[in-house]
Amino acid sequence: MSLFKVFDVAGSAMNAQSVRLNVTASNLANAGSVSGDPESVYRAKHPIFASFRQTLAEQSGVSGVRLDGIVESSAPLEVRFQPDHPEADANGNVYVSNVNTIEEMVNMISASRSYRNNVEIINTTKDLLMQTLSLGR
Amino acid sequence: MEFQSLGIHEQALKLRALRNQVLSSNIANADTPNYKARDLEFADALKGAQSGLLELTTTSELHRKAWSTQRVGGRVMYRIPMQPTLDGNTVEADVEQAAFAENALQYRASLAFLDGKIRSLRFAIKGGD
Repeated sequence: MSLFKVFDVAGSAMNAQSVRLNVTASNLANAGSVSGDPESVYRAKHPIFASFRQTLAEQSGVSGVRLDGIVESSAPLEVRFQPDHPEADANGNVYVSNVNTIEEMVNMISASRSYRNNVEIINTTKDLLMQTLSLGR
Repeated sequence: MEFQSLGIHEQALKLRALRNQVLSSNIANADTPNYKARDLEFADALKGAQSGLLELTTTSELHRKAWSTQRVGGRVMYRIPMQPTLDGNTVEADVEQAAFAENALQYRASLAFLDGKIRSLRFAIKGGD
């Protein structure tokens, strides 16, 4: 029954979106964290999505979502002159993480909406399957 | 008698299920860069499914004619986006959701037709209620 594949497809998308939501939570939690060493400052992380095809479904153009990895943002760090900070380096500078709070909020909304869409798809498809099973009763 | 009691609805249901898959894969990939939205051309696919019936070989006049509808499939085509995006993704969530809802409804309609066919067949077999 071909409708069962929908669960795999929507499930893979939900998985990807939940990782995205997790990464966003981690970014927001670390927004504004500072360090005296630019190497050890928290950098915003972003997941990379890619679509993949299951061999069985190849002919029908059905593809799920795969997580290709999580990359760190290369946006420049904010350098703040704060000589009284306990972590300040020799020049009196501290480095602030490059998390963009607005960007992360938008990511969060987008991820939760996409997640919901996929839940809706699973619900509708489950409904259709249940009706198919009770055909002719 | 040609034994095709379930009519066109059998193929229609299969194609609706296929389209459901294609559309759900579009919505699943709504955030995937460079993903191109796809859709099944239903009318063409149904026509293809009807003409592509595999007929059972018969060696005698007395043999019953039968068909198989195993080869159901259709042309899956790329959708032309109304508003292209920067990341090369052509999924438009509202379009896909509308298509998905429409397809689910039509799947239900096909189910209802099939259900009616089965009911009337059963009625005929039992010769009454």
